Amino acid sequence: MHLIRSLWTYRGFILGSVKREFQNKYQNSMLGALWNVLNPLAMIVVYTVIFTQVMRAKLPGVDSSFGYSIYLCAGVLTWGLFAEITTRSQNSFLDNANLLKKINFPRLCLPIIVIFNALLNFAIIFGLFTVFLVVSGSFPGWAYISLIPLLALIIIFAVGLGMVLGVLNVFFRDIGQAFGIFISFWFWLTPIVYPINILPKVGQDLIMYNPLAPLLGAVQNVLVQGLWPNWMNLIYPTLLGLILCMLGWRLFKKHSGEMVDEL
Amino acid sequence: MGTISVSNLGKAYKQYPTRWSRLVEWLDPRDRSRHQLKWVLQDINFTVNAGEAVGIIGINGAGKSTLLKLITGTTHPTNGSVHMTGRVAAMLELGMGFHPDFTGRQNALMAGQLLGITGEEITRLMPEIEAFAEIGDYIDQPVRVYSSGMQMRLAFSVATAIRPDILIVDEALSVGDAYFQHKSFDRIREFRKQGTTLLIVSHDKQAITSICDRAILLAEGKLAFEGEPEAVMDYYNAMLAGHQNQEIKQKVLEDGKIQTISGTGEATVIDIYLLDKQGKRLEVVDVGQNITLRIEVKAHVDIDRLVLGYGIKDRLGQVIYGTNTHLKEHAITQISVGAKFRFDIVFPANFGPGTYSVQTALTSNDSHLVDNYEWRDLALIFNVVNINKPHFAGCAWIDPIIEVQKI
Repeated sequence: MHLIRSLWTYRGFILGSVKREFQNKYQNSMLGALWNVLNPLAMIVVYTVIFTQVMRAKLPGVDSSFGYSIYLCAGVLTWGLFAEITTRSQNSFLDNANLLKKINFPRLCLPIIVIFNALLNFAIIFGLFTVFLVVSGSFPGWAYISLIPLLALIIIFAVGLGMVLGVLNVFFRDIGQAFGIFISFWFWLTPIVYPINILPKVGQDLIMYNPLAPLLGAVQNVLVQGLWPNWMNLIYPTLLGLILCMLGWRLFKKHSGEMVDEL
Repeated sequence: MGTISVSNLGKAYKQYPTRWSRLVEWLDPRDRSRHQLKWVLQDINFTVNAGEAVGIIGINGAGKSTLLKLITGTTHPTNGSVHMTGRVAAMLELGMGFHPDFTGRQNALMAGQLLGITGEEITRLMPEIEAFAEIGDYIDQPVRVYSSGMQMRLAFSVATAIRPDILIVDEALSVGDAYFQHKSFDRIREFRKQGTTLLIVSHDKQAITSICDRAILLAEGKLAFEGEPEAVMDYYNAMLAGHQNQEIKQKVLEDGKIQTISGTGEATVIDIYLLDKQGKRLEVVDVGQNITLRIEVKAHVDIDRLVLGYGIKDRLGQVIYGTNTHLKEHAITQISVGAKFRFDIVFPANFGPGTYSVQTALTSNDSHLVDNYEWRDLALIFNVVNINKPHFAGCAWIDPIIEVQKI
C-alpha cells in the first residue's frame, strides 16, 4: 500500500520518462515514429513472402488470401510485446545505474516505465493492424474483446519474468547475455512463423510446455478465425506468470537494498 | 522540520572470494554466508538540528560521500538508521543523474520530478531556473555537450529552485567557476536565514568555516572529531601531515576556543607575543598601528633547515595574510640542538576591528606537508580596535584618498 502511494507520488516522473523516452527514440531520425511501424512490417513482409510464395506454405483450414499474414502479424506483434518487456526489464536497473546511484526514488518506477513504453509501442502498431483487419474485411468480430484478458496474461508473464531477470542481472551479469541467446531460440520454439499443426503429434504436445505457445495460440485463433479462447489451456501459463511475479517481487524485496552497491 | 538524526550508522560492502560464491550463497538453503564484509563506515552518530549548518570533511576515501548517500537513501545502511524530517534536496556528485541525450530543459524537468516537484510547478519555475543557471541557449541542447561546470549550474539551480527544509550538497559545487560559487553560496546563505538545514561536504576551508556552525571530521570510516568548524579544520589540517610520525594535541583555551598543536617536535615555538614601537607588550592593537610579532623558537635536535611560517586569521578562521621565512628568504640552516632563535616580524596592523589569531608553522620548506616540526593553531589571539579612524567596514584597513569633482 505504502509502495503504491509512493509510486503515485512519482507518477509525474513515470509519465514524463515514458514520454521523453518515446520522443528521444525518434528525435534524431527523420522518419520518426514511422520506424516503429516499419520494423515489424518489414519482418512480416519477409516472412509472408518466404513462407507463402517461396515455400508455398498454406494455413490449414483458412482460405483467405490474407490468412497467413494475419496469423503472422498476430504472433509477431504479440511476441514483440513480450520480448520488449522482458529484455528491457532485465536491463532496467543496469541502464539506470547513473540515476539509482545519485537520487533516492522508488526503484519500481523503472520497470513500470519499461512496461508503459512497451504498451505504448504495442498500442500504436496493434492499432494500425486492427485498422488493416477492418479495411480488409477480416475483423474477427466479438471474439476481439477476449484479446484484453489474453494480453493481460501475456503482460503478467512478461513482467514476472522481466523482474526476476532484472534483479538477477544486477548481481550476475551472465543472465543478460544468456537470456539474449535463449530468447532467439524461444522465438522459434513458439508457433509464430509456422502453424502448430505442421508439427508431429509429439512435437505439438511438447510445445505446449512452452507457456507462450497456448497464449500466442489463443491470440492467433482470435485474430485469424474469430474463435474464443479455450480458457482451460491458459491455466498453466497464468499460474506460471503469477509464480514468476511473486518470485520477482521476493527477489526485489530482498535484494533491492544491495542493488546500488553492485551498480 | 529539517532535522537529521543519524544513529549507529554503518555500511559494509559484501566481498566474495570468487565470482561463483554469491550464486552458491543464494542457492544454499542452509543460509550460510560466504562473503566478508568490508566496512567503509562504522558507528556514526550525530544529529543536525533544524536550521543548523554542518560541514563534513575528511580525506579522499574517508567515507564522506558514502555517508551522504546513506543519509539521502540512495544506498541502504548495513546497520543503524537515519531519520529525517522535512523536504530534502540533495546534490550528490555532478549532474543529479542527468541523461546525456536529453536537453537541459528535459533533464531539469526530470530532476525536478525526481525531487517530488510536479511537472506544472517545474514549468512555472523554469524561467527562474534558467535565469539562475545562466547557461543561455544550452538549456535546449542535449546535456552531453555540456561542460561539467554547466551541468553543475543546472543541477544546483534545479535542486534549489524551491527552498528545501534540508539541503545536502556534495563536493559538486567546487566544479563551478568563482562567479557561480559566489552565487550559489549566496543562495545557500539566503536559505539558511530562512531556516534551511544544511549538510555540506567540502575540502574548501573557507566554505566550511564561513557557513557552518559545526563540522564533522571523518577518518577511515569513523567519526574522528566533531565540533566548532575552525577547531575541526585545524585538526584536519594537522592530520593531513599525519603520514609522518607526529602527534596531534588539542587543548581548550580560556575563552573556550580549541588550540591544535601537531608535528614531529624537532623544533617548537616557545613564546609568541606582540610588541609596540617602544617594545611594550600589547594585548589590544589600534587599527593601522605599527607592531612587532615576536616568535621565539627552540630546536630540540640538530636540524638542517628551519623555516618559520605564520598566518593571521580572522574571527571565522580564514587566513587573511600568511607568509614564511622561505618566501622571505630568511631560512636558517645547520641548526644544532638546543639553539634558540628570535624572529621579529614588523608590520602595520592594517586590520579592521575584531578578534584575530596567529597560527605558526615550523617546517623545513615552503609547505608543512613535507616536514612538519610543529604546527600551532591559535598560537596567539589579539584584538584590534578602532581608536581614532573614521568608521569603516571589513577586515582590512585600506584607507583611500577620495577626490570628488563636478563634471
